Amino acid sequence: MTAQWLLVAAVVACTACADLLQSHGMRRGGARWKVPLSILFLAASFFSFTQLLRIADLSFAVPATAASIVVETLLARLVLREPVGWKRWGGAVLAAAGVALLAF
Amino acid sequence: MNAKALWHTAGVVLLNAAGNFALSVGMKRAAAAAGPIMALLEPAAMGGIMLLIAWMLLRLRLLQIADLSFVLPITAVGYILNAAMGAAFLGEHVSLTRWAGAVLITGGAALTSLTPAEGAPAQQSELPAKGRQGEAA
Repeated sequence: MTAQWLLVAAVVACTACADLLQSHGMRRGGARWKVPLSILFLAASFFSFTQLLRIADLSFAVPATAASIVVETLLARLVLREPVGWKRWGGAVLAAAGVALLAF
Repeated sequence: MNAKALWHTAGVVLLNAAGNFALSVGMKRAAAAAGPIMALLEPAAMGGIMLLIAWMLLRLRLLQIADLSFVLPITAVGYILNAAMGAAFLGEHVSLTRWAGAVLITGGAALTSLTPAEGAPAQQSELPAKGRQGEAA
């Protein structure tokens, strides 16, 4: 079970880094190095996801990677300084609760 | 919403579920001795990767003809569909809590994507002055 969650963490971390780099690069400059770097993170994310599918149920793996919604909402607020309204926070909380339920 | 967008949406949701399903079958079918990369050469895994490439391309096409605020919430149903495919075709035991988790995640993803897309305006480029001068020229 621990290996599964470690791979979920790898997928989520790489996805969040990729999306953060893409958003930051496209909106605030530095796209020439941030976007290519984001593609490397996306590749790492997909590779981690394939390894997750090797050891975990499909019905666990796909929903679990939705934890990226929570992480990316937090990073959008903290790093990108985006305004995050109650609907987005509510969506992130629902997704977090859903991922937490997968642990049982 | 026109029929074309609905067909594209159905295709996007189904391709994603089918791609993940085939990838899951292939990765589990790969020999235990096969390394992490060699396992990807398993035919079902390759098929899954092809389906996911097709999914990405069709999703791009869908984004051309439909609003993002329509595409994101409706494609979030994929979380439930993937769980259903696992239960129906892979013999996975999906407990009540896992179903509830998938439903909550779908609701959360849908709610998040129902918010307006626009935010703070993009800030000035972080490129150094020399780089900006070069671009302006």
